[in-house]
Order: sequence, then C-alpha cells, then structure tokens
Amino acid sequence: MANKLRTRGHRVVLNRSAGGDTGITIMLTIMGLFMFLPMYYVVIQSLKPLDELFMFPPKFIVMRPTLENFGDLFTLMGDSWVPFSRYIFNTVFITICGTIGNLIFASMAAYSLAKLRFPGRKAIFQIIVMSLMFHSTVNQVTHFIILSAFGWIDTYLSIIVPSMATTIGLYLMKQFMETSVPDTVLESARLDGASEFRTYLTIAMPMVKPAWLTLIIECFKNLWNSGSSIYIHSEELKTFNYAIQQILTGGIARSGAGAAATVVMMLVPILVFVLNQSQIIETMGSSGMKD
Amino acid sequence: MSQTNAEINRPVKRSEVSKLRWTWEEMKNNKTAYFMLAPFFLLFIIFTILPVFLSMILSLTDFNMLEMPSFKGITNYTRLFLEDDIFLLACQNTLIFAAITGPVSYLLSLLIAWFINELPPKIRAVVTLIFYAPSISGQVYLIWKTLFSSDSYGWVNATLIDLGVISEPILWFENADYVMPLCIVVALWTSLGTAFLSFIAGFQTIDRSMYEAAAVDGIKNRWQELWYITLPTMRPQLMFGAVLAITNSFGFGAVVDALCGFPSVDYAAHTIMHHLNDYGGQRYEVGYASAIAVVLFVIMFASNIIIKKALSKVGE
Repeated sequence: MANKLRTRGHRVVLNRSAGGDTGITIMLTIMGLFMFLPMYYVVIQSLKPLDELFMFPPKFIVMRPTLENFGDLFTLMGDSWVPFSRYIFNTVFITICGTIGNLIFASMAAYSLAKLRFPGRKAIFQIIVMSLMFHSTVNQVTHFIILSAFGWIDTYLSIIVPSMATTIGLYLMKQFMETSVPDTVLESARLDGASEFRTYLTIAMPMVKPAWLTLIIECFKNLWNSGSSIYIHSEELKTFNYAIQQILTGGIARSGAGAAATVVMMLVPILVFVLNQSQIIETMGSSGMKD
Repeated sequence: MSQTNAEINRPVKRSEVSKLRWTWEEMKNNKTAYFMLAPFFLLFIIFTILPVFLSMILSLTDFNMLEMPSFKGITNYTRLFLEDDIFLLACQNTLIFAAITGPVSYLLSLLIAWFINELPPKIRAVVTLIFYAPSISGQVYLIWKTLFSSDSYGWVNATLIDLGVISEPILWFENADYVMPLCIVVALWTSLGTAFLSFIAGFQTIDRSMYEAAAVDGIKNRWQELWYITLPTMRPQLMFGAVLAITNSFGFGAVVDALCGFPSVDYAAHTIMHHLNDYGGQRYEVGYASAIAVVLFVIMFASNIIIKKALSKVGE
C-alpha cells in the first residue's frame, strides 16, 4: 500500500481522480442551473416592460430593463381598500415581534438545558427533539381551538405568540452552547457572585452570537414567508405574501408587478443569509443529533 | 452559585435521603433553571403538545365547534379507513410524495454538500447560496406556475412547441398525469434547507488529517473515503438532517395548493394534509379531522423512528 501513496511537499495527496473531478463539476453545474434558473427568471420578469412580458415565445433575457413594475406595485395596490403599506407593515411587525420573542425565550431555555443540571432536563430536551419530528400543520385544527379559547383568532397574537416557541432555534442554540461555552468560564462568573441570569446574559450569550444569527434566520424565514393563515380573517391584518397572491390572480398583465413583489420579498431573507452565512454554518457544525 | 457548587451547598447527601426527597431538593436548588425554561416551555406545551393530545381526544368524538363534543369511540377511524375513498387516495399520494421527496432531498443535500466541500471558500459560499436560496425565498416557487403556464406565456410549452416535441400546449397543472410529478419537482427545488447547511458544516468539521491517515491505510478513492471516514464521523448531522427531511416531506401542502389549487384535478395531488384542511378548516367536522391528524401524526413519527434505526447502520 505504502508505495502507492503520493505526497507533495510533506502533505499526503488525497485520492482524487481527474474523472471524478470532472463528473462532479458537471453534476454540480446541471443541478446549479436547475436551482438558479427559476430564481433568475423571476428577476428577469420583474424587469421586463409590458410589451416584453406579452412577447411570444417568452424570453430568458430582458432587452429594455425597467423598474416600472416596482412602481406599479404601489399604484396597483393603491386602489385596494387596505393600503399596500399595511400589508408590508403586517409582515414586518409579525416577523420582528416573533423573532425577538423566540430569541429571548429560546436562548434562555437553551442556556438552562445546556448548562444547568436539574431534574427533568433530559426528558424535556427529548420532548423538544420529538417535536422536530412532526410538521406543525398537523396540529392546525386543534391549534385553532386553543387560539379561539384565548380569544386570539383574528389578531396578530395568533401568529406571533406560537412562533415564539419554535423549537428548531432552541435546538440549534442548545447544541451550540454545549460545545462552545466552557463550564469553567461560567463557574468563575458564579464564583464572582454573578446570578445565574446574569451569567447567561453577560457571559454565555455573547459567546454564542453565531447561534443567535442562526436562530434569527430560522425564525425569520418562517414568519417572513407566512402567507394567508386560517387564524386571520381581517383584510387589514393579512401579510404581504397574501397580497402577492392577490396580485398574481390578475393574470399575465400583472405578472410583472407580481414578479417585482416576489423579488422584494425574496431579497430580504437572502440578504440576511448572505451577511451571516459563515456564522450560520459555524452553528450548524454542532447541529448533530446523538442517537 | 447553586448549580455546580451544589456538591458543597447541598444540605443532604444523596445517599442519606430517598430518591424523591433528593429530587425535590435538587429542584429547589435549581429554581433559576426552571424559571429560565418556563416561558418557552409553557408556550411550547400550549401550542405544540396540547394540540397533539387534544387531537387524540377529539378524534374519538363528534364535534362541530358549536355543540359539545359527543363520544363516538373509534367510529371516526373506521369511517376513515373503510368508507372514505378519498382519504385512502390521500394516504397513497402522501406516501408517494414523502417517499420520493424525503429521500431525494436528503441525498441531494448530502451529495451537493459533499461536492462543494473541496471548493475554495469564496466559491463555496456562492454555490451554497445558489442551492439554499429557493428554500428561504418564500413564494418564489410560484414562478414554476408561470414557467409551466398553459397559455402562450408558459416558457416550457413555448420551448417544446418550438422544438417540435408537441404541437399543442400541455395543460400541466390541469392534467392528472403531470400534477404529481411537477409538485414533486417544485418541492425538491425548495427543499435544500437547514439540513443542507448542517451537512455542509458537518463536512467542514472533519479534519484533513483523518483523510491523510486513511490514505496511508489504503483508502483508494473518494467513495471509500465517504463511506468509511466521512459519513460515520458525520452521523449526528445525518440524523438531524433525516429528521428535518422527513418532517418537511410531509409538509409540502402549501406548495401543492399554490400550484394546483384545491382540490387538485381528480384529487391527483390530494394529500392527507389537504384532507385534514378540508374537514377541519372548511367542513368543521373537527372530530373527523382530528382522526386524520392522528393518523398523519403516527405516520410521521413511525417514519422517523424507522429511518433513525436505519441510519445507525451507516459505515458499518
């Protein structure tokens, strides 16, 4: 075996065949195009002037790009009886409240589960892991009953409060705290007389900033992308995504404005992700589930 | 103060007292821990655990949200499996849908994460974004409806006509033969999410020296490397990814709704989730809907357990 081993400098050259490299590059390119082209097409559609939208056959390029569609968004929704800005406000409001709530509640719980030893912690964490195993929509009907018992149907609360108890962010943060916050640091803070809450806030939390960002994007993407909900009837409480669907029912003439709205919506989470990508990947390094 | 110093501060030694008493003392010593957990856990119980148990109870009753529920035993379940043909169709569709999207999105996430692992960091960041973006971009999947539109603005029909493959546009989303495969493709397109990122991170945490040692030990190619070194090291990530992939594979109802409308043509893309919405959200047969929810719940849970068992065999 040893005689077949190649080295360069002092490093062992890993077994990589040229054929394998080429194959992988081709596969990646094909799959990358499959992922990328629809996204690209949305952007192109949003930049097309009306006559190009009506062109047959539809083209994957835009000849005279224009921002008219983005302006149309406002005039189009200007004549609806709920002002366009209200839909944007709703989405932003729900997203910010829910995400902040989730960050505070989940990080406190994560600290407690990761760093404090108390009876029941294993069982509680097990239950939380189990909740990752089913999709929340399965609960929809009984969820509705509980929300109406609180009198929260048709209020912001019906979306915001349940989202504060989303488990995926808690799970990721707890796992990350376990690996990246050393017990000795917490111990010395306690010896200095810091209360447990203070230790969490001033020692542990600053050490897990990557996990905050991950929790934020996990919670953010769900709330930001939430469309029409069975818990909300009033037009003035509905989200921007719902408004986009309404625009798109207008057919091809509105597809430019619809695409413009979609672009606006998708830019925000993408931007959040791009700015935080390396920290999010860092957090995911500890995301593993022990069996 | 009280937690890890508990050894010193604890008034009684474990051996001196009964287990119950000891637990109680420990709980008192850790009051802060419970306080910090409480806000999250309370909401979690109310909005996640309680609905599950409520479904189980209501599934044994007849309930229309207005009158008090009346106990009906297992009649809801017998009606589901013996009389409701559309439910059986929904079960079949759900299982086909999940059996394809779950494993395929899982393998795609894993393969792509593996492929891009050895790219230079900057390029890797861009490629990661390209694959991850559809899963965070919300309703951007509606563009597939435009691409496959049946009128002259649908790019796919236009191209196929141009190439002479077809002579008349195909009504993609109104044709029972195409609805399901199309929904699966779109679902897959949006499915490279959190699990994908977890895999990317998993590949990066593996030390290069392990591969070098493996090369010395006679690992011949990258496939052997993947099977004998990489995957066993990444097993915790593989578990996490599997759980998310399974959960998501049952949760694509919104995608199907947006693409095919509800109900879909000939119920061709009708899943258990749709059936649940139909009875729970529109007909207010809450007892019956709860029975549907319980069946779906059991299916999700069972598939998670089976897959976790299977994954513990990786690399053996």
